Amino acid sequence: MAVHFAKPLSGSGSSLRTLFRPRVCRYLPSVAMFRLQGSKVLAVDMTGDSVKAKNGSMVAYEGQMAFKKMTGGGEGLRGMVTRRLTGEQMTVMEVRGQGTCYFADRASEINLVRLTGDTLHVEAGNLLCTDGGLRTGTTFTGLRGASQGTGLFTTTVEGTGQVAMMSDGPAVVLRVTPQYPLSVDPGAYIAHQGNLRQDLQSGVTFRTFLGEGGGEAFQIRFEGDGLVYVQPSERTTAGGDL
Amino acid sequence: MSTPVVHDPTTLPSDDNVDSYTFCVELKGSPWFLQKGKMIAYYGSIEFNGIGHGRLDRLLRTSFHSPLHAGDWVVAEGSGKMLLADRAFDVNSFDLDEGNLTIRAGNLLAYQPSLSLKQSIVPGFLTLIGTGKFVAASNGPVVFMEPPLRVDPQALVGWADCPSPCHHYDHGYMSGILGGLRSLTGIGGTSGEEHQFEFVGAGTVLLQSTELLMAEQPTGAIGGEPGVPGGHGFPGGAGQQGSVPRLPGQLGDLQRRFGL
Repeated sequence: MAVHFAKPLSGSGSSLRTLFRPRVCRYLPSVAMFRLQGSKVLAVDMTGDSVKAKNGSMVAYEGQMAFKKMTGGGEGLRGMVTRRLTGEQMTVMEVRGQGTCYFADRASEINLVRLTGDTLHVEAGNLLCTDGGLRTGTTFTGLRGASQGTGLFTTTVEGTGQVAMMSDGPAVVLRVTPQYPLSVDPGAYIAHQGNLRQDLQSGVTFRTFLGEGGGEAFQIRFEGDGLVYVQPSERTTAGGDL
Repeated sequence: MSTPVVHDPTTLPSDDNVDSYTFCVELKGSPWFLQKGKMIAYYGSIEFNGIGHGRLDRLLRTSFHSPLHAGDWVVAEGSGKMLLADRAFDVNSFDLDEGNLTIRAGNLLAYQPSLSLKQSIVPGFLTLIGTGKFVAASNGPVVFMEPPLRVDPQALVGWADCPSPCHHYDHGYMSGILGGLRSLTGIGGTSGEEHQFEFVGAGTVLLQSTELLMAEQPTGAIGGEPGVPGGHGFPGGAGQQGSVPRLPGQLGDLQRRFGL
């Protein structure tokens, strides 16, 4: 099945379509194609398939699109209750149609990740768009979440397909191998994938309480094999200025 | 889909930018001074200690002379690679060679201890003296300019070598009775550009390409001592304290002008 593109909205020759020629992915005909339009707009080419996107993040579309709010993140009743209980809430819409849909949110930088059967752990607030074929869920993160001020739970995305994540400034991707463990500031962490073990490292000593702390009281230490995504900016965290 | 660049300790640059917003410092024995909370990730074993740590006494004696900012700085020691970033602002490193540079306190992220950090006489600015590398953040890329020039206060990042920094007011709009009223009351509108910093002399002035300032933390004031600007230790200054606070650029009180 060939990938079909709807006619551009405007009749003139300088439409988005001619300005930014998409790379057509011919060997995956029924999977939505994610590509970046600049670094802050995500364009998804769809041929009758669907993607899940953050509610209200659509900025433009070409062709025929249907937007449907998915109650409870599209994870069924159980997922809905879990999200409500864990505070890891996200409002998600399902976008289905033919053509190209453009997504953006508060001019955040967008990072694309391709999953091939593995799991991506990402904060619900940083998730912009996932392929319709990917499963999303919630998982317990332990103390790390608490130090980050984003709650004790995080969102997981698993399956095969593409994911678009948002970050404040372009994310830096860091590889973790058994000989190179990595420590990350909780405020700068956005996501990780692969077989990683994480634990909270604390540099809190009596000096912290005297106001003479090292400034980096909490770090998440990643060990194992995988990738960690870090943004060049820090959220305000509970352990912030210790 | 373009695959993002994946970094590991072998591909990360040594003391150089990873991208415009992230800087990588390689620590090998020699420590670095670091502003609190600017480290986003590190490989290896690195220890962060507050400035008050007793073991660092000798280091502080040579390269840290700013008690006002002591609470904001830490020393990173160990071995490994460390990534620095600040609120997704542009980050750049600069090399000083037997030179001096004065920079807005909030813009300085990190520096090598071969440099020594001192408080500038200009409040809110820090001066680095010596030879070494430092990392600074700016909102938008940094522009280097040669004096003589006048710059907007919000766009100033710092200056190197010895231009003389001073205030400049456009007095043209304030002349006459009407102009005086206008500057006092603001009625009639101002362009917002009547006040600039002026630099003359040999050196370089660093500007950022927006007028968005970094958030500044209150650091307190320096100790009261006669002759120290901002020290509030002026012996005969009591007469001025009682009068109405004056607008910047205003030409002094009437009674002072008549010598009363």
